[in-house]
Amino acid sequence: MIGSLARIAAGVLEIPVIAVILTWLAFEVGRWAQRRFRGSALVNPVLIAATLIIAVLEPCGTSYETYMRGAGLIHFLLGPAAVALAVPIYDNIDRIRHGAAGVLAGIAVGATVACVSAIGLAWWLGASEGVVRSIAPKSVTTPVAIGISEEIGGRPSMTVVFVIVTGIIAAMISGRFFDWIGVRDWEARGLAAGVAGHGIATAQILSVNRTAGAFAGLAIGLTGLFTAILLPIAIRLLPIIGLG
Amino acid sequence: MAQSLLTLLVCQGLGELIHRVTALPLSGPIIGMIILLGLMVMRTGPSKELRAAANSLLGYLSLLFVPAAVGVVAYLPVLQREWLPIAVALFGSTILGMASAALVMQAVNRRYPSRFGQQIGLQVGEAGDDE
Repeated sequence: MIGSLARIAAGVLEIPVIAVILTWLAFEVGRWAQRRFRGSALVNPVLIAATLIIAVLEPCGTSYETYMRGAGLIHFLLGPAAVALAVPIYDNIDRIRHGAAGVLAGIAVGATVACVSAIGLAWWLGASEGVVRSIAPKSVTTPVAIGISEEIGGRPSMTVVFVIVTGIIAAMISGRFFDWIGVRDWEARGLAAGVAGHGIATAQILSVNRTAGAFAGLAIGLTGLFTAILLPIAIRLLPIIGLG
Repeated sequence: MAQSLLTLLVCQGLGELIHRVTALPLSGPIIGMIILLGLMVMRTGPSKELRAAANSLLGYLSLLFVPAAVGVVAYLPVLQREWLPIAVALFGSTILGMASAALVMQAVNRRYPSRFGQQIGLQVGEAGDDE
């Protein structure tokens, strides 16, 4: 009885529009949960939605590939959405010009610290070389991170995992954390979210404050550029300073 | 509104083409974002329709990451053997990167309000207001 129900459900999940509806509904549940907790960043709708969807796919034996035949349509919209970030950036262009020194310094320091500390911590705790190389570009937006990972000898599929998990962590700590370290300025909060947590943290902080979202969007692009230039050089220097 | 989606897609398409041709270390959508920003600066702002399309897409930005996140949750068991160094490295570096970026930006902007912008010629408008 349960077996045949699962088979019917698996058949239904093969219909692309069903995967789209499932994804959207799961996300609405996640957003509802976040609202219930007064918008706390710790209650992350992306994580909740993904967990719910897995809980449906797993018992039905539906593969990720099958799910993506429908969900790929939602995934596809990430491209135009990234382009659309130009609009809030444009709206805040005077603030960005005004704070150009802080923006560039924040990105250079933040991206370097994120990268070096990821490599250092993984190495120190005995991660394999494949993991170390794959974890290095984890703060960069996914397509750029894949390119960097290939260039420095990491495993792109593993890098994608690290990038997404990093984004969720950054989104979750992008609330209270800034109060604790005494950063009240929304421009600096947004920039930091974009530097450390690319698009996922940008989405979270954009839902709270539009100016912060603009600085986060700007930081995605600049962090990608900065890391793509810096990291291949840094990895080549590792043997020279006695690591690796 | 649908036409504005086309504008976004064309910018992304141009970005992808530039990415292919120049091997620039930026993804197509990010290059597309720069192109659209350039267009808006030249044409003094987005049209009402473009703004509406951008706002509705960005209002659901989190949703767009869900399919990728589903793939990740399915992949996690593979990383079981090295979960401790991975978890510490991801948490630690994200906290450190975020804190340093925010603190540095706040400190620099308090110390040198807008001077740098003038030097590299970016500053327009109320130059020197806070000096």
